[in-house]
Amino acid sequence: MAIQSKTKNNFTTASIIIFFSVVSLIALMPFVFLTLSSFKPGVEMIRNGLSLQLDFENFSLTNYGYLLTDRDGVYMHWYKNSIIITALQTGGGLLLSSMVGYALALYRFKGRNLTFLLVLVVMMVPIEILLLPLYKLSITLKIINTYRGAFLPFLVSMTGIFFFRQYAIGLPKELMEAGRIDGCTEFGIFFKIMMPLMKPAYGAMTILLAMASWNSFVWPLIVMRDTAMQTLPVGLQTMLTPYGNNYNMLMSGAVVAVLPIMLVFLFNQKSFIAGMTAGSVKG
Amino acid sequence: MAAGNKTMGATSIKGFITSRKVFPYIFILPFVLSFLIFFLYPIISTIEMSMQSIKGFDSIEFIGLKNYKNLFNRQFFNALSVTARYTFWTILILIPIPLVLANILNSHLTKGGNIFKSALFMPALTSVVMAGLFFKFAFAEQPTALINSIIVSLGGEPFRFLYTKTGAMLVLVLFCTWKWMGVNLIYYMSALKSIPAEIYESADIDGANSIQKFLKITVPSVRPTIIYVLTISVYGGFSMFAESFTLFNGARSPGDIGTTLVGYIYNQGINQNNFGLASAAGLVLLGLVLLINVIQLFLTGSFRKEA
Repeated sequence: MAIQSKTKNNFTTASIIIFFSVVSLIALMPFVFLTLSSFKPGVEMIRNGLSLQLDFENFSLTNYGYLLTDRDGVYMHWYKNSIIITALQTGGGLLLSSMVGYALALYRFKGRNLTFLLVLVVMMVPIEILLLPLYKLSITLKIINTYRGAFLPFLVSMTGIFFFRQYAIGLPKELMEAGRIDGCTEFGIFFKIMMPLMKPAYGAMTILLAMASWNSFVWPLIVMRDTAMQTLPVGLQTMLTPYGNNYNMLMSGAVVAVLPIMLVFLFNQKSFIAGMTAGSVKG
Repeated sequence: MAAGNKTMGATSIKGFITSRKVFPYIFILPFVLSFLIFFLYPIISTIEMSMQSIKGFDSIEFIGLKNYKNLFNRQFFNALSVTARYTFWTILILIPIPLVLANILNSHLTKGGNIFKSALFMPALTSVVMAGLFFKFAFAEQPTALINSIIVSLGGEPFRFLYTKTGAMLVLVLFCTWKWMGVNLIYYMSALKSIPAEIYESADIDGANSIQKFLKITVPSVRPTIIYVLTISVYGGFSMFAESFTLFNGARSPGDIGTTLVGYIYNQGINQNNFGLASAAGLVLLGLVLLINVIQLFLTGSFRKEA
């Protein structure tokens, strides 16, 4: 009886493993096919779509060379823009959101509940409906085609505030009192004592904010009108018109844009998953 | 604000700024400014524009609710229908299936499950544009394209996915499923971990089978997570834009088969400078999202405080 049920269990486990392997392969398929087709001439894509035929003899790295040289190296401009915007938006967003979240969690002041309520309201509203007024505002503020235009409207992250608030609630308040007795100002308490304690929260939020910024599409599409100022997702999207040798750069460009994230992910899977799912309510 | 007055007299300006009463206001200032400039002002400006006829920057005319009346047109209703169907199908798939998968992973593969978790999670890291390239060209109309070549080898006819109403919806829903399955799976898995094992053990003693255990124990226990996933799915479904923009290479699609509400707003506003009509459409979208979420929270009986 016991042996029988063990064989049955092994069989169940085996079929579950096979099932999940197939599902995982499907999930990874786009990465495999994008990479494979990045070695093929771009014309292939227009003529045949993304095909299963793999003509290994015609594989070459020329598409990767185009990224450096084509259209005066416009791809490298996009890459630089994406890096700069992601760095500024992530750095600024971390500092400002953690300040707001920290104050909301650990200080009692008039308007605290209202402020937190407003954070939740902003979280509930799809930013897409604000695109037009923000576009008009950006023209007035003269931040169209600038780096600050690309991140300023979304610099203070509501998810970030929410997350830092939840995290800061659990910090030991006695340390604040101890800091005050030692003559620390409130700023000193935050920067010298509490900030280091929030390290795990900063880790998770770095990943969430950096991913959101690196992949963001709709707002940069609207605010970056000059080709040279575009970010990777916007720039690659504009290459979807099959003129010139756009398609040569399309696939290799996508691979090089996704690769850094994948590499970082493979070494920090746990913090990535924690960061990306940080929006869900904990505790 | 007024709370700082007492300290003011006694100490210097610096002491005032760094005092415990004033400090929190300085720290929430980034939010207040961002809220006023990049949220409240745009919202008011949208409401204002939705009641104006705007042609260029100089000729602005108040026209009351006429823009809202003009929304009763075929294009808008088509965009509404695309968005509603997309949201419906993505919810139908992405609420129950990840829960079942999470349940299986959790109860049968306690050790090896992490590899699958990571593999399923990777799509969420990819930008919509990059992933969209795969879906666009794998579902291309040529008989040699990935999906059509499979259909042909099984004896079928090549299908023009991105040129038909059903095909376009199918690709959009598959795209969404591919991208978010892993994230929802992880939400559910962390919720499942908090269910005490004793409940299942006592159900075993009572002779409950796995389906009964799933419906009677698992589903009620992870209800808060289901509601959370439902809320973000409604939000995500109604604000979908980038996926369609990439697949159809612009905010328009053949016969508008994949043009969403945000796509409609983009077309009217950014492409045609018809800011009034686009603003009205945006506010209708906002109203719909809030209404659906309120109804949904009401039906699931959870006007809980999230804080």
